[in-house]
Amino acid sequence: MHTYNLTHLKALEAEAIFVLREVAAQFENPALLFSGGKDSIVVSHLAQKAFFPAKIPFPLVHIDTGHNFQETIDFRDDYVKKLDARLVVGLVQDSIDQGKVVEEKGYNASRNALQTVTLLDTIEEHKFDAAIGGARRDEEKARAKERFFSHRDEFGQWDPKNQRPELWNLFNGKKSFGEHFRVFPISNWTEMDVWQYILMENIELPSLYFAKEREVFVRDGVIMAASEFIQRKEDEEVIKKVVRFRTIGDITCTGAVDSNAGSLEDIIEEVAATRVTERGTRADDKRSEAAMEDRKKDGYF
Amino acid sequence: MSDKNAYLDMELLRFTTAGSVDDGKSTLIGRLLYDSKSIFEDQYEAIELSSKKKGDENVNLALLTDGLRAEREQGITIDVAYRYFATPKRKFIIADTPGHIQYTRNMVTGASTANLAIILIDARRGVQEQTHRHTFIASLLGIPHIVFCVNKMDLVDYDEAVYEEIKKEVELFSTKLKVGDIRFIPISALKGDNVVNKSEYMPWYQGSTLLYLLETIHIGSDYNHVDCRFPVQGVIRPQSDRYHDFRGYAGRIASGVFKPGDKVAVLPSGFTSTIKSIEMMGEQYDEAYAPMSVTMTLEDEIDISRGDMIVRENNQPVISQDIDLMLCWLNERSLTLGGKYTIRHTSNEARCMVKEVNYRMDINTLHRIEDDKSIGMNDIGRVKIRTTKPLFFDRYERNRETGSVILIDEQTNETVGAGMII
Repeated sequence: MHTYNLTHLKALEAEAIFVLREVAAQFENPALLFSGGKDSIVVSHLAQKAFFPAKIPFPLVHIDTGHNFQETIDFRDDYVKKLDARLVVGLVQDSIDQGKVVEEKGYNASRNALQTVTLLDTIEEHKFDAAIGGARRDEEKARAKERFFSHRDEFGQWDPKNQRPELWNLFNGKKSFGEHFRVFPISNWTEMDVWQYILMENIELPSLYFAKEREVFVRDGVIMAASEFIQRKEDEEVIKKVVRFRTIGDITCTGAVDSNAGSLEDIIEEVAATRVTERGTRADDKRSEAAMEDRKKDGYF
Repeated sequence: MSDKNAYLDMELLRFTTAGSVDDGKSTLIGRLLYDSKSIFEDQYEAIELSSKKKGDENVNLALLTDGLRAEREQGITIDVAYRYFATPKRKFIIADTPGHIQYTRNMVTGASTANLAIILIDARRGVQEQTHRHTFIASLLGIPHIVFCVNKMDLVDYDEAVYEEIKKEVELFSTKLKVGDIRFIPISALKGDNVVNKSEYMPWYQGSTLLYLLETIHIGSDYNHVDCRFPVQGVIRPQSDRYHDFRGYAGRIASGVFKPGDKVAVLPSGFTSTIKSIEMMGEQYDEAYAPMSVTMTLEDEIDISRGDMIVRENNQPVISQDIDLMLCWLNERSLTLGGKYTIRHTSNEARCMVKEVNYRMDINTLHRIEDDKSIGMNDIGRVKIRTTKPLFFDRYERNRETGSVILIDEQTNETVGAGMII
């Protein structure tokens, strides 16, 4: 007998494409937040499918802390060219130079928290009314309650107690002047779903995701890339190790894992066996138990 | 990896859980996640630490689902939270909703996309007012499968008689409701009986465990594959030489099965044409069904825009400006009789006026209240509305996608009402 069942990856894909098309229809000036990480690459891929054979009808926006892995930037420029998309870059360095934020000092200094200001400034400067992101609800507790269409007030703040109910597939993107939305098309995906989808669709990724011998050092049990942007303590020795990165963000708060996974198949096998969440390797979430909730209220991704 | 292909073959099941904090709902979800090995070490360590800080004897699995700080402090769940886990057979999306009376709106939200509802009943207390409420909402929202979990069986000495008594009572009151498929399972979320592993203490129960049921229950018929409805989300017209003449209609199939060559009608214009292709980034489909997102092209050039609907010529929805709804109110500002709201239905948007409130439901007793027709936050009532232009719809009972609407307050832009077309 013929059955009409979609696999879960096809169902998740259909949902994400539906959401992206709603964004294009309901907002005047949306943008897609692109970090060069696998989640934002998947969202860009979905956007390409959603509007094909037309181009993606909104720009890709990269909030650049300046503390990047070179591979990420090379990948970004190459990928944007392939998509024939428009790229907008918001520089954290500009926010620092304008005196809007003060750079953290010391061994754990990171520009991660400063990104929020640059993001909100970029949104304001370009009058974006919706910023599409690759965040997933399975990543972290505060994200578990995020909507697909997440309403932000004129200060870019998220009020967890005042979110619009989302019923069926009816999304409400109406807003007052000055307000905007964050939209998360892959809300319902898990890390495993993302990897399986990348394999199924044969999506290209930055080499950082694959195991390779890299120069690293170990701090509080976390393997960090040896980089000019991170001040090392005297006893923190640079060593060579075969590692890969599970998330790609600012270099100062992205930890690596011991891994020999050199292909997508290897990574999927590793993800299936792993016992630590991917954000478990991120230094920024460990600051306090409610760290993500606080950053989101301020207007973080 | 041996089950790599198995993973690619998995289905998606969305379910919602209803019950108050005391029913052990968070513990049940924690148990499902923990016993199905969906908990990561760092998550487990975090709740182990929190449990110790609070002086709990065992690791409190309920902490896994307590998301926001405000909730952890008050010890209650205040909004819909989504959880994920997978077994080799299926991927599960849990809409975890609180059961307090003031949060009817959250349960309605969580239930709107669910294939299945789990309703928890405390074995010591039996059927409560809220059991009626949860069952009513699940039936109103058209959830195809309802599973009643009689929890805390360990506290009633795993007594079959207690379970049978509760089962009989639920069966009795649910005959008054429209529910398709009802199941019962005696469990202890705390001890793990019949959740993932079969209980040693209830040999009298011959049925399956909760997880086995979730993995195997037939969901293929949950979508309507009969009435062809394709609401157009947008028109794709590439500004390029290569695709100069391309005109594609982007959308997600709400119901039915479409094939190239099918004769179709476009609403509201009524023009007819034939489907030329159904595609996604160059890949051509022989057929497309709900809930697929596709791009459709037609043989004829017809003026079609967002909000229009492509249907089969000989199976058309109701086209009308006068609509009867069961309406669940979601906002602190009560429904205004004669008030005007924005209405969203499929990809269509219009304005509407509330013409009449027929009655308000007492959602605990299922009585119709006709002497006080005010509809406030968390109330459910039957209303008549008139829209500024015709909508193309089906009864909610027959089609959840084309039978549902939301109302939006025109001052605050908030989503204030969820309506099911009668």
